[in-house]
Amino acid sequence: MFMKRALLVTAAAALFALPAQAAEKVKVGFIATMSGPARALGQDLLDGFKLGVEKSGGKLGGLETEIIEGDDQLKPDVGRQLADRMVKRDQVDIIAGVVFSNVMMAIAGPVTRAETFIVSANAGPSALAGEMCNPFFFNVAWQNDNTHEAMGQHVQDAGYKRVYLMAPNYPAGTDALAGFKRFYKGEIVGEALTQINQPDYAAELAQLRAAEPDAVYVFYPGGMAVNFVKQYAQAGLKEEIPLFGPSFLLDQSVLQAQGDAALGLYNTAFWSQALDNEANVEFVRGFEEKYGRLPSPYAAQAYDAARLIDSAIRRVDGNIEDKDAFREALEAADFQSVRGPFRFNHNHYPIQNYYLRKVVKDEQGRLVNSLEGTVFTDHADAYASECKMK
Amino acid sequence: MTAALFAEQVLNGLQLGVMLFLMAAGLTLVFGIMNLINLAHGSLYMMGAYLTATFQQATGSFFLGLLLALPATAVVAMLVELVALRQLYDRDHLDQVLATFGLILFFNELTRIIWGPSAYFLDVPEVLSGTVEVLPGIPYPAFRLAILLAGLAVAAFLFFLIARTRLGMLIRAGASNREMVSALGVDIRLLYTLVFGLGAALAALAGGMAGPILAVQVGMGESILILTFVVIVIGGIGSVHGALVAALLVGLVDTFGSVLLPAAAAEMAIYLLMALILVWRPSGLFPVNA
Repeated sequence: MFMKRALLVTAAAALFALPAQAAEKVKVGFIATMSGPARALGQDLLDGFKLGVEKSGGKLGGLETEIIEGDDQLKPDVGRQLADRMVKRDQVDIIAGVVFSNVMMAIAGPVTRAETFIVSANAGPSALAGEMCNPFFFNVAWQNDNTHEAMGQHVQDAGYKRVYLMAPNYPAGTDALAGFKRFYKGEIVGEALTQINQPDYAAELAQLRAAEPDAVYVFYPGGMAVNFVKQYAQAGLKEEIPLFGPSFLLDQSVLQAQGDAALGLYNTAFWSQALDNEANVEFVRGFEEKYGRLPSPYAAQAYDAARLIDSAIRRVDGNIEDKDAFREALEAADFQSVRGPFRFNHNHYPIQNYYLRKVVKDEQGRLVNSLEGTVFTDHADAYASECKMK
Repeated sequence: MTAALFAEQVLNGLQLGVMLFLMAAGLTLVFGIMNLINLAHGSLYMMGAYLTATFQQATGSFFLGLLLALPATAVVAMLVELVALRQLYDRDHLDQVLATFGLILFFNELTRIIWGPSAYFLDVPEVLSGTVEVLPGIPYPAFRLAILLAGLAVAAFLFFLIARTRLGMLIRAGASNREMVSALGVDIRLLYTLVFGLGAALAALAGGMAGPILAVQVGMGESILILTFVVIVIGGIGSVHGALVAALLVGLVDTFGSVLLPAAAAEMAIYLLMALILVWRPSGLFPVNA
């Protein structure tokens, strides 16, 4: 009797002590904005991610992969409910995606407290790069300020002395201008913050012309980008004062709607479809074949998110239950990024290059961004020093 | 602010104003005469923009595209009136708001299915693509001037229609006493359908003309809809000339507010204007049944 019980106990102890076995399946909760005016961004993110999963034959790191999709509707509370449900009911291993920083700020806390990994494919709020950095949070895109910092540097290098700034009046808008000013040291002759989703910029453009700047930097994403770039050209300002922007102003999700008004404008990004590396050539061709359109930077980021997850699962031999090992595997970033050199900083944000791009027409007459040079090499964000994580 | 810049901003304000007038004229007629709150008026604006873009690509001409989009939008609107809105005339405003809000969702989804989620391309017609020097040293986009002139022409046409024609007479009569008008043998339902179609054509004109300036995208009607309601409330519900005065006023206040006031105050400027005017004249500037 005693022996029997002891045996049972030993057996049970052995069961529990068994080294965590390789999981058979990985569940990814993919949250993005899939409705409203920003839907195109969420769609690009999801399409890029799916293509990245397909590249592994539909199995991330060799594990059967289930993607649970969720639409945050650009509402932080909806995003948070989705994340809660995915973590508690669906028991996902990783939450990926997320377009907007305000949504990310709402879900980062509860998800990381539940010790579930987040791989942000877009949103890169400064708080999560700095003092709120987290062992369970990774950003595979950029920190919000980076793209603007790169253009600040370029405008500085190009020798423009008097710059006029414009952005929508919300946190990402003011952050954008702060990022630009971190590297641009010339005179700011004017700064206009406009209403978010404002359709018409005629009044602000008249003020801008009167201030007589020698260059203009603006941050407008999505529909606002279409409105602004068209109106800037229609006002005859495009020939008069050079306009610069981040890639969001002129990426593949808005270029066709902007038309020739965008032609010849310069912008900065961490990636271009013209980058000549093996992973990127394969990605661009694959995306175009599958979806019949050219990829935007959003699609490239999400593709890389899938590739990163794939590499990390491979590195731990499918043993994703061992969170510490899996974290180290993610930190290693052992994958071929479509952007070329890529590694994580200690705050889990990228250290990478930023490129200067120009809107041109390709052989088929489509508007695309050509590669014009490298602004930053191995650039990290400004908040990493506030992150206590090793 | 220099005199030249001031003049340019006045033009900007007036151009926004006539755009709002085109939207408000239809909305105020429908509200004042048919006693129907139509939240889906912005959807007709969006349809106008998309149809103009589609016809422009088919015909190669912006003007032809716009010309075709007006009756096409009117037909769509009259179908909606026949199928959905007729059931709502005798119900209270809350039911109307709910039903027409549903129509907004319907039109947004329909547009997404037909034209896709990304913004659609519509360019300024070649002849109006340049700038005109309205005052020395002030180049102004020719297309915006054309919008201003077209809007004023439509305003003149509307006043002629309402004050001088038989249809206008029926519209005015229908507004003051609809039972009496039907007792006199006029088909009031047909009249309502026509008025709704007219309002839709005006919204389509605004949408089609806005297309080359703005992003033609799902949801584009919602931002202008709110301003339009402000306009008809300030002008006095049901009054077309009230709508004209209020639209120009709102256009100017919004334009100067955004350049003279800090960002947060600028967003409130027109609502403060509305509040002040309603304190002074609770039924708006030109109440119809005064």
